[in-house]
Amino acid sequence: MNVLLILIPVSIILGAAGLAAFLWTLKSSQYDDPKGAAMRILLDEDDAPRE
Amino acid sequence: MSMVSACPACAAAPLAHQVAHSQMPPDIVLSLPQVHCAACIGTVERALNALPDVDSARVNLSLKRVAIHGDLARIDAAIGALHDAGFEAHPLDTALIEGQHDAAGHALLVRLAVAGFAMMNVMLFSVAVWSGATDATRALFHLISAAISMPAVLYCGQPFFSNAWRALRVGALNMDVPISLAILMAAGMSLFEVLHGGHHAYFDAALSLTFFLLIGRYLDHRTRSAVQSAAKELAALEVHTAQRITPDGALQSVPVDSLCVGARVLIPTGVRVPVDGVLDSAQARADRSFLTGESAAVTLVRGASVQAGEVNTGAPFEITATAVGQDTTLRRVAHLVAQAENSRTSYTTLADRAARIYAPAVHLLALIAFFVWVWIDGDVRHALNVAVAVLIITCPCALGLAVPAVATAAVSRLYGAGFLVKSGTALERLAEVDLAVFDKTGTLTQQASARSFDALTPAEISIAGALAQATAHPVATALLTALPPHTPAPLHGITEVAGCGMQGQIDGQTVRLGSGAWLGAGFDGTGLQIGAQPPVHLPLHDVPRAGAAETLAWLGRNGLPPQLLSGDNAAAVARFSTQLELTQYQSGISAEEKHAYLDALQTRGHRVLMVGDGLNDTASLALAHASVAPSSALDASRNAADVVMLGDDLAAFPLLIVVARAMVKLSRQNFAIALCYNLVAVPVALLGYATPLIAAIAMSASSITVLINAMRVKYVK
Repeated sequence: MNVLLILIPVSIILGAAGLAAFLWTLKSSQYDDPKGAAMRILLDEDDAPRE
Repeated sequence: MSMVSACPACAAAPLAHQVAHSQMPPDIVLSLPQVHCAACIGTVERALNALPDVDSARVNLSLKRVAIHGDLARIDAAIGALHDAGFEAHPLDTALIEGQHDAAGHALLVRLAVAGFAMMNVMLFSVAVWSGATDATRALFHLISAAISMPAVLYCGQPFFSNAWRALRVGALNMDVPISLAILMAAGMSLFEVLHGGHHAYFDAALSLTFFLLIGRYLDHRTRSAVQSAAKELAALEVHTAQRITPDGALQSVPVDSLCVGARVLIPTGVRVPVDGVLDSAQARADRSFLTGESAAVTLVRGASVQAGEVNTGAPFEITATAVGQDTTLRRVAHLVAQAENSRTSYTTLADRAARIYAPAVHLLALIAFFVWVWIDGDVRHALNVAVAVLIITCPCALGLAVPAVATAAVSRLYGAGFLVKSGTALERLAEVDLAVFDKTGTLTQQASARSFDALTPAEISIAGALAQATAHPVATALLTALPPHTPAPLHGITEVAGCGMQGQIDGQTVRLGSGAWLGAGFDGTGLQIGAQPPVHLPLHDVPRAGAAETLAWLGRNGLPPQLLSGDNAAAVARFSTQLELTQYQSGISAEEKHAYLDALQTRGHRVLMVGDGLNDTASLALAHASVAPSSALDASRNAADVVMLGDDLAAFPLLIVVARAMVKLSRQNFAIALCYNLVAVPVALLGYATPLIAAIAMSASSITVLINAMRVKYVK
């Protein structure tokens, strides 16, 4: 049963990583314009902010 | 770029500068009604970024807006650049837009994510316990589950707790009271059991309840926030600066807010009138479609009244302000819309009505179970366990899904058929209407399609196109959209003959596009003349939408007698009504009269379905029990309507009513299913035989049955 001592933290950490990734996407406003994000991939020029 | 830097290395620095910008609220927000694809995004951003004073511009395609960081004084340049790039742009009031940032939606999503994470982890441990983990392993798993669930439940359940508290404080009960009680009792009781070596813990039930109910709450929030913005959009569309004429005759650009009654204002060509006023110039042409919904521009003479929101389509004219700010007709309509939207939020949904019966029943049952068990075996801990099990099993998971599941299926079915349902309660309200009121222009009719021009030669079409695109006159604009695809002919010397039409030269011939009278032809309306040839008639009459007659007949047969309310003149409305076999119609009705008429109908107990598209319909759309707008409608009307019709064809309209009625029927069935399941599961819980496993199985079984039943709405005809 000692394997549990490794598996339990691993499962929790993986879940927490997923949660953290989702919260990051939310915070960096990636859901503000879902339609636009889907279309921008079709643009030829680089979408980086203008220099 | 407004930043000036002497250091060449700083040329690379703007990236940091940009990052700082993206966090700041934009200086200018423009509404772009026409932007719809990747190419549009590219064109708009390129056009704006090429301007010297723009630091950055970013299009939001979902909202059809562009946010600009830069020098505020250059707003006209930005609109001009977009106009040259082929896009219509309207400035929006940034102060009003700020309030629309969806903080509540974000907070719900964060809670949803946390609940989902906690639920999955706890479920892992629960499955292990149910499959036979015992002793130290079970105790360990229970403890870890408790460590994850307690903070998660307390954090994620807050929307329910605060709603329940708000209801309890005024002595009322809503669906959130049993939900909060079930979640808190399940978590609290499980914690107590775990700390005292008990065998059963309901952590997974507490978390999955929270998770699924949060999904429902978030979907509800999404549909709600889409509807709220109609009045704001109207207000934000107003013009912000005006050209005031000072007493000594000079022109001065001033904010609209600073204008007072009696001020003299110049309205340049193509600009919206900022205030209500009286015309000082001898003559003017204005597009009133914004207020009346009728397409033809009106000719005004000195002394005529002009209203805020009208667009000058002729030469520049002067007005004297008679009403400013809150007193303008535009603001009054916006105010009516806001009022109507408020009154509609008081609509009691099917789910709310169920909750009113359900919540007290559940609490009473759990309380009785507790006292009966205390009386039977005197064991308070066991009695409390039974009471908690009753609360969990009766927790309105299936009940909470009963309506939203059918609504979601119905909405996706309708989307496939070309209807965009925007409000969560729209279908319920649609199922209850007993009277249908239609607007005429743009709703039952559409502009003459290309087939009216089949008789024209390609040369004639290209000449007509070239002349039409040289002016902003609304008839010419309508003609341009109706003409088949063409390359405009290379005309020269194009001039506008005020009040008559356009003329130009090609190959030594004079070509003219204008009113029949001007061309010396025997018809009314627009015509085209090439050289000395006889003029050709270009009919621009509105034609009924496809399927309009059939739909109106169907509505009459199915308990929704149709009526027509139009701002158009009496003769046109009468002719049109006869054509569609409509018996009830009224003509020459203003926005406020429409609103008052609908209000009167509804106070007499009718539930009215309003179908309309113009600004004159906006207040009525928001007031009606349920409302539909075609996709060609104004933004404000589309926002005020419950359902937006995407197709041009009215033949699909009956399906909307059929699906709405089926949705209500299936929701009722779902309530019955949830009730049947409770009739079986509750006695088990009352007798003390419920375990966390039984609760989990029963909860999912009932939810799945309800979901499957909901899918049937996809097959109604």
